[in-house]
Amino acid sequence: MKNKKPKSVFKEGAIASEFIGNSIYKHQTKTSIGAHNIFLGQVRADEINGKTVSAIEYTAYEDMANQKFHEIRESAFEKFDLTCMHIYHSLGTVKVGEICLFVFVSSPRRKVVFEALEFIVEAIKADVPVFGKEIFEDSSHQWKINN
Amino acid sequence: MHITIKYFGQIAEITQAKEESVEFSGHLISELLQVLNTKYENLKTIDFKVAQNQELVSIEKELTGGEIALLPPFSGG
Repeated sequence: MKNKKPKSVFKEGAIASEFIGNSIYKHQTKTSIGAHNIFLGQVRADEINGKTVSAIEYTAYEDMANQKFHEIRESAFEKFDLTCMHIYHSLGTVKVGEICLFVFVSSPRRKVVFEALEFIVEAIKADVPVFGKEIFEDSSHQWKINN
Repeated sequence: MHITIKYFGQIAEITQAKEESVEFSGHLISELLQVLNTKYENLKTIDFKVAQNQELVSIEKELTGGEIALLPPFSGG
C-alpha cells in the first residue's frame, strides 16, 4: 500500500549553485557525517547532425516518478550506511551549462558514499519516467534517450 | 470500464494530447493499444512501455481501470 505520498523531487527550471551550496552548509550540524558525495548533472551542448543543443525541456510522469525516487531512496538506505540523502531533478527548461540533477549523499565513511552515489544515479537514469526534449539553437528539437 | 490514458514526451506529440478519458469494454491492455494504434498511426513507430496505475506492466495484463500511461524511453538526469 502506498499510504503516504512521497515528497516531490522536482524543481521548476535549473538547480542554482546557491541552492547546492546552501544544502552543503545545512549539514554542518550533522556531526556524525564524515563524508559527502555529490553528483551534478549538467546540460551538455551536444552537436547532432550539425546542430547544437541549447537547452533541454524536461517533463515527467510526476506521480510515478516521485514514487520511483522514493523506492530508490528506500533501497539506497537499505543497501548502504547512509546518514542522509537528497535528490532534486529539474522540470521545464534547463539551458546548456546549467544543472538539471543534484544528488547528495552523506555517511560517516567515504567508501560508502562513492558506491551509494553511483547506485542512485544509475537507478534514476534507468527507472524514473522523466523525458528530455533537446532543443537546438534553431528551435527544432529531438527526444533524448538515456543509454 | 473507465480509463484515463496519459501520454508523455514524443508520444504526446503524436497524440497531440497529454491525456484522454475513454470507456472501454475490452479486457487486456493489448486490446486498448490496438485501438490506440488505429487512432494514432504513428504510435507504431515509437518504442514505449506501459504503466497501469503507475506500475510498469506487460501489455498482456488485464486492464483494471484507472490510469494507463504510455511511456517513451526515459531520459532523466
